[in-house]
Parts: sequence; structure tokens; C-alpha cells
Amino acid sequence: MKVLVPVKRVVDYNVKVRVKSDNTGVDIANVKMSMNPFDEIAVEEAVRLKEKGLVTEVIAVSCGVAQCQETLRTAMAIGADRAILVETDVELQPLAVAKLLKALVDKEQPGLVILGKQAIDDDANQTGQMLAALADLPQATFASKVELSADKVSVTREVDGGLETLSLSLPAVITTDLRLNEPRYVTLPNIMKAKKKQLDIVKPEDLGVDVTPRLKTLKVSEPAKRGAGVKVADVAALVEKLKNEAKVI
Amino acid sequence: MSVLVIAEHDNAGIKGATLNTVTAAIACGGDVHVLIAGHNAAGAAAAAAQIAGVAKVIHADAPGLEHGLAENVAAQVLAIATNYSHILFPATASGKNVAPRVAAKLDVAQISDITKVIAADTFERPIYAGNAIATVQSSDATKVITVRTTGFDPAAATGGSAATETAAATTDTGKSVFVGSEIAKSDRPELTAAKIIVSGGRALGSKEKFDEVMTPLADKLGAALGASRAAVDAGYAPNDWQVGQTGKIVAPQLYIAAGISGAIQHLAGMKDSKVIVAINKDAEAPIFSVADYGLEADLFTAVHELVAAL
Repeated sequence: MKVLVPVKRVVDYNVKVRVKSDNTGVDIANVKMSMNPFDEIAVEEAVRLKEKGLVTEVIAVSCGVAQCQETLRTAMAIGADRAILVETDVELQPLAVAKLLKALVDKEQPGLVILGKQAIDDDANQTGQMLAALADLPQATFASKVELSADKVSVTREVDGGLETLSLSLPAVITTDLRLNEPRYVTLPNIMKAKKKQLDIVKPEDLGVDVTPRLKTLKVSEPAKRGAGVKVADVAALVEKLKNEAKVI
Repeated sequence: MSVLVIAEHDNAGIKGATLNTVTAAIACGGDVHVLIAGHNAAGAAAAAAQIAGVAKVIHADAPGLEHGLAENVAAQVLAIATNYSHILFPATASGKNVAPRVAAKLDVAQISDITKVIAADTFERPIYAGNAIATVQSSDATKVITVRTTGFDPAAATGGSAATETAAATTDTGKSVFVGSEIAKSDRPELTAAKIIVSGGRALGSKEKFDEVMTPLADKLGAALGASRAAVDAGYAPNDWQVGQTGKIVAPQLYIAAGISGAIQHLAGMKDSKVIVAINKDAEAPIFSVADYGLEADLFTAVHELVAAL
């Protein structure tokens, strides 16, 4: 069984982005870029399934600019066997990415697609579900545990108030939550090995997908600033403020 | 054209997030209809009909809809989707699960986590963990939206008298099967609906200490318990207590953060709270930059004293 793992190149988790002064977007020039953390968890999960002998091949996919090759190399250093870049300079929105992935699912026929539940840049939380809908596959989002058998996968999901377990027929789409696993550190020998692995580049046109954005961003602005308040000396002063000034208790 | 709200419910009744979503729907313009897709969900349908501002409730009832499986609920929404200009889901675990399936099948973009309706086709939504606010315009025929509940006041749960219509339930796809759930039973208010939240961080040091220190404070205030990602990752608190960019987004009247340093991802989940209290012994902790009241103190003694003083 093949597993397809879509990965996104995003501004690194530790970077605090700044809104551009002309309000056209956020400034990502000269900012550290990394693999979306949820996608890293997805790659790790797929590689673990392969190490358990349940999966034969892990294929990493990224959609976007040429530099996404670096993200794919990272995925291969974690353990993906080969990679596909769908290269375009067009701003890709989740529906377009889902369509590109659907075309690759048709071509590669994976038994599972595992991807992050959301990307930490646009915070959309859409692509996995959209792919599942377009490919007419069952889905299990926000996974915290995955148990794969020959024709089914059991997935424990993080839902409001606790956990829920679903059993899906294969092929299926799974999106990862934070606690599914802890991705391994990538070692230098594996980074070197990843450089030699196969990385194919295709264009959206090759896949017959129109990636024109559907949502127009009119402006991007700073959120309303919340000013710092006051420091209180002790617990008694805090209680007094909460009771008499803020009147919240 | 009318606007459709997909209710968050537990079959017996509706969840609070539905009420905020109705407010967002009213702002989009047009009659507001509410879909109850469930099983033995007459209670939820009756409750939805009471919501102020709702013109019609559509009730689809079938065993396949009992647990809100995304495949089945999306099919149910799609069966009636052509009647609507906007389809709104609360941005809860279940809303986020289903909405993109509906959008993809309609071949429209989804607008996630809106915090403001500027016009029927223009919305505000936070990006980059709330460090930027994007104003986006959709040219699609149907707007599929998830609503960040903290961005909208709840509609009144009573006062309405909507007609209820029964819709034929779509067939179970059978591709996914509900096996079971472990939902924590608690007398505490739900995290996203609580008026007061007390939240603990990594400084608590262990699950035992977290329970020992934070629980009495929550009990005293009738508050919900929350946690930072660091505390959840360390196993001090359950996963669904996590407040932040990728956890719960909350905006209570009072948020007390104890031993939480205040990473941007955590702030993203709570900075819209009305009053924020930070208790931390590190004077430089970023949490103080958003706190209305900061107490620089050891949390173990301070929280204990606070419980005694309340």
C-alpha cells in the first residue's frame, strides 16, 4: 500500500510575522521557512507505518514555488521514499491544492493520504476534507491515533470534549492533530540520503487543474492591540481589582 | 436568497456555538434557516425553532446522522444547498470537519473562521495565529463559511417561533463507521462557553500539581479549566483543554493564566477575553503584555491564596 503525504512550506513556527505597511499581506521576505508542523507529524506517521511493514511506499507531495523542493527533501530525510512537486508561482488556495492532490491520488492510487489538519499560515483547516470530498473518500480529521489493517483504518480523533473513534474503509484521508506522534530529528546521513531520492516536478496544467484563486484578499491589517494593564502587588490587590474595577467576580 | 446554518447539537438540544453562528448568518442578510441533521433529534429541532431570528428549521433524521459523520452530514447539506446564498457552520471540531466537504463539492472556496461580516461577500478572518487580519472577498455563487464563535454575540436562545420542516435523510455512505467515543463527563462549563476560565501552564510541573492547584480555583469560581500546549504536551491536562491557535479559541469574561508564559500561539486563543489575569514569577513573561492584571508571584502560593481570598 502506498501513502501520499502532502506537505506545505510555511513561515516557521517561531517567527512572529509582520503585516506589510501597505496592507497587502504579511512580510515573508528573508523569513525562515519550514515544513508545516502538522505535516511533519503526517510524514512521521506515514514513515512509522512503513517501518511497521504496513505500507510499501511513502510519497511526499508539495504544491507551490520551486523552494518547496527543500520541504520535500526534509520529508524524504524523515523517511519518505520519493517526492512530487506541483510547481507554480500562483497563490494556491485550499480548493486548488485539493484539486491538485485529487489528480495525484487518481494517478498514484494510494491506500491512505495523511496530511496536517491545518497550515499555520492561513489557518484554513480545509485541504484534507476537500480532497476527501473530491476523491469521494472517507475522512478522519484531527487524528491522535491511527491503526491500519489490510482493508480498514481505525482512527481516534480529537473532538470537542474528548475523543472519538471511527473505522474507515480504504482508501481514506486522515488529517493529523498535535498528539499523534512526535516527529523524529532528522539526521545528517538521512539528509544526505534524501538528496539522492527521486523528486519529480509537474505543473498544474499537466494535471489539468485550474488553480486560479477564488478568494480575493482585499487587505491584511494588524489585529487590534491589547494594551498591557497593571501589575498588582499581591493577591489581595488582585481580588480587589477583579471585584471593584473589572467587576468580573 | 436565504442563509443556512448547520446546527451544532447533541440530538437532545443545541450547543451554544449554534447561537453565535445564527448571529453571523443574520449579518449575511436574508432569511435564516437552521439544519438539524441528527438521529432522534426532535429535541434539538425544537430548541432551534426557539432561537430568535430563525425563520425555518429543517430537520433530517436518520441513524447515519446520529454521530455527525462528515460524509453523511455533508451529503445532507448538499441535498438542500442550492436554495442558499450562504452556508454557515460554527468553527467547532464538527463544523470544521464537515464544511470543507460541502465547499469542495459545490466547487467554491471556503471562508474559514470569520470574525466579522463586512458585506454579504466580504469577511474578516484571522491568519498567522491571529497576528494578522485578512479581509477577503468571495465571488463564488455560494459562500461556505465557518464562524469563529468568539467573534459574534450569541443570538437569544428563546423568543423565536420558526416553522419546522422535515427533510428526507440522505443514505448512509457506509465508508466510515462510528466506533465509540470517550467524552469527559464534567459538571464544569464547556471551555468555549464558559464565563470564567482558569488555565494552567508548564510551570505546574505535573498532572498531580495541576489538579491540586488549579481545580480548587476552578471550583471556587465555577470556571472551566484550560491549559497551554506545553502543559498538554507534558500530560498535565487532557488534549481538549488546550487553548490556542490549534486548540480552542476562547473569549470568556475572565481568563486567569497561571504559570503560562504566553507564546503567540497561546495568546491567539485567548486574547479576546474581556479581562485577563496573569500569574507568573517571570517578570518578562510575554503573557504580561496582554494581561489587564499581572501578578508577579510564585503560582503555587498565589493560587492557593487566591482560593482562600475568594
